Amino acid sequence: MTRLVRIFGLLLVLSLVLAACAQQPTPTPQKVVETVVVTVEVPVTAAPSTPAPTPAPSGFGETLKAVQARGKLVCGVNGQLPGFSYIDPQGNWSGFDADFCRVLAAAIFGDATKVEFRPLTTQERFTALQTGEVDVLIRNTTWTLVRDTDLGLNFTVTTFYDGQGLMVRKDSGFTKLADLNGATICVQKGTTTELNLADTFSTAGLQYTPATFEDINQTYSAYAEGRCDAVTSDKSQLSSVAKGALPDPENHVILDATLSKEPLGPVVRHGDDQWLDIVRWAVFATFFAEEKGITSANVDQGKANATDPEIKRFLGLEGDLGPKLGLSNDWAYNIVKQVGNYAEIYDRNLGPNTPTYIPRGLNSLYTQGGLLYSPPFR
Amino acid sequence: MRRSTSIPLWRDERFLRIFGQVLFLLILFVFLGYLINNMLQALKQQGLALGFSFLRLTSGFDIGEVLIPYDRSSTYGRAFLVGLLNTANVSLLGIVFATLIGIVVGVARLSRNFLVQLLARIYIEALRNIPLLVLLIFIYSGVFLKLPQIRQALYIGPVMFSNRGVFAPWPIPTDGYPAFRLFLLLGLLAAAVTWFVLWRHGQRTGRPPLTWFWSLLVWLAFTVIGLVVFSPFEMEYPRLEGLRVLGGKRLTPEFMSLWSGLVIYTSAFIADVVRAGIQAVPKGQTEAARSLGLSSFQTLRFVVFPQALRVIVPPLTSHYLNLTKNSSLAVAVGFPDLFSVSGTILNQSGRAVEVIALAMSIYLSLSLLTSLFMNWYNRRIRFVER
Repeated sequence: MTRLVRIFGLLLVLSLVLAACAQQPTPTPQKVVETVVVTVEVPVTAAPSTPAPTPAPSGFGETLKAVQARGKLVCGVNGQLPGFSYIDPQGNWSGFDADFCRVLAAAIFGDATKVEFRPLTTQERFTALQTGEVDVLIRNTTWTLVRDTDLGLNFTVTTFYDGQGLMVRKDSGFTKLADLNGATICVQKGTTTELNLADTFSTAGLQYTPATFEDINQTYSAYAEGRCDAVTSDKSQLSSVAKGALPDPENHVILDATLSKEPLGPVVRHGDDQWLDIVRWAVFATFFAEEKGITSANVDQGKANATDPEIKRFLGLEGDLGPKLGLSNDWAYNIVKQVGNYAEIYDRNLGPNTPTYIPRGLNSLYTQGGLLYSPPFR
Repeated sequence: MRRSTSIPLWRDERFLRIFGQVLFLLILFVFLGYLINNMLQALKQQGLALGFSFLRLTSGFDIGEVLIPYDRSSTYGRAFLVGLLNTANVSLLGIVFATLIGIVVGVARLSRNFLVQLLARIYIEALRNIPLLVLLIFIYSGVFLKLPQIRQALYIGPVMFSNRGVFAPWPIPTDGYPAFRLFLLLGLLAAAVTWFVLWRHGQRTGRPPLTWFWSLLVWLAFTVIGLVVFSPFEMEYPRLEGLRVLGGKRLTPEFMSLWSGLVIYTSAFIADVVRAGIQAVPKGQTEAARSLGLSSFQTLRFVVFPQALRVIVPPLTSHYLNLTKNSSLAVAVGFPDLFSVSGTILNQSGRAVEVIALAMSIYLSLSLLTSLFMNWYNRRIRFVER
């Protein structure tokens, strides 16, 4: 009797599965989205308290909807890079990249704290974004053509213009690239850094042996032990980590030679142009605020007696820029008020008073010889 | 007699049995189909296409340790091959040394000498119970990276120890090498003749001389004479030149850590397998061998071990498989094995599904090959029933 019950149970399950399959092989993309949504709704009805795993929403407006429904932004970050994204001694996420996650949360929710930080390795990062595990990837990721196309990703705006450099011991006497002929060079694996290193040395006709490691700490500790003559990475990372991870930062120096351009910035998935716009303009908002001298300290005052129509539009006093992005009209106000403009974010994390000081260089406004330039808020 | 016509189909034991199995298979296939379909749909949605054509693209990255020529302009496919060879290399060397050490420790574990037995027991118990990853990281950052820097390298004899690696002098062939090779072949022939003559002598007189010993001696004599006459090899000593050590044989700290970690860890398991195998041989066998006047080494070599092997080989196979699979922990010490290289390929090409599928099927093939070989060996040494 129990056997019979069991078999009927199996039959029931089978028929359900078959039924679920029957509606699937419709080839139109419309249907595809539908089936994906169906698969998600099952766990929701089964256990309403647990949040549904996000099934990589990618149609227009899907990402924003999913983020709003979830009530927080999931932001993929590095997590091991002081000055960019790491957990500070107080236990808070802090850093330049982490602050841009907050910028987005402030724009979407009006609350910069509604971010869930998801530390990712270089290897996990693209898959995590492609599969929708994170909504946006702000993890010092270099913008390249292949990544922009082949991986199904869109790079939004460059938030940090970086370049790849080499760090050596001061007592080694190396001053230029050619000195490193035959050297062993520590590098983190799976990065553009690794590729640029190979390109640069082969172009210059120099020999070298790479020693590749899975994570940052391993890479720098091997270098610190003398496993390698030099370590290579983005200059920002070198200066940030040199001052953090090495036992004797004063004995190391970053060579002048720049191996490559490394534009770093937020990355989103292909397919949701609204989300791309939101991320892009949230970053532009920080540029614009700096350009107009709006800071978190004076934004309230500025809002009260704004006369410049562009600032009025920016702060949501005039026009409907926010709703055009699918956001509230005070989205930019919230960004500046809660996180700050670009200069504030930069100085807080990478400014002269921080242990991870990096001169602004290219990361200044275009008016000051840099590359930061916001399109008009109109 | 049971009348099958009277039993309805849904109560027919035979029918239900078959029906249940068919149903199970069906569900399994439908489930798998659903998963695969889901993946394909998701990939399509992302605008990503499956395919292995990327293996022909230029990889663009360098690999620190290669057994075949490779540089940044080689293809992804070749990078895979480099990783595979590195994995095969470390696994094979690991298996050989783990077996040797395992047998010695396993026998020592049963020694009647208290100290030897205690040491063997400590070795087994301590190393078997440390996670391999911890052991590897300890060996890498606690031992090999702590060796002196290259400029203050430590010399033990002609071998150079530094945290850039262990460099040993290595013979390289000279002009005399081809002639030497011919001469060695001649030596082999002479050894065979010696063996045959002595064997015939033994057959005739009934008192076999040390056949193997003498033929080996003849061959060794030829080798020594050949080495002196032709000087076929030139020792190449490692020397520091600029930033590099040139010449000699180089073993990187990454390779050394992974290899020694795998050997130490696996040998502890093998030692226990060997102990169990030896203990599975009835005590009477040992006693009988001893009463026949065999020495304790002879007892072990000719009586106990051949019988123990039958018990040892099946679990030994599984430890060999473990060692091969554990070699993927190379990623923790920066050794470019198959898994580590495929991780890089994945990241540079963005082909997650293909790369992981390829890596998994290669590991699967390696494991199946190993177990195929071990099963063959197991059949060969099986107790022949008469």
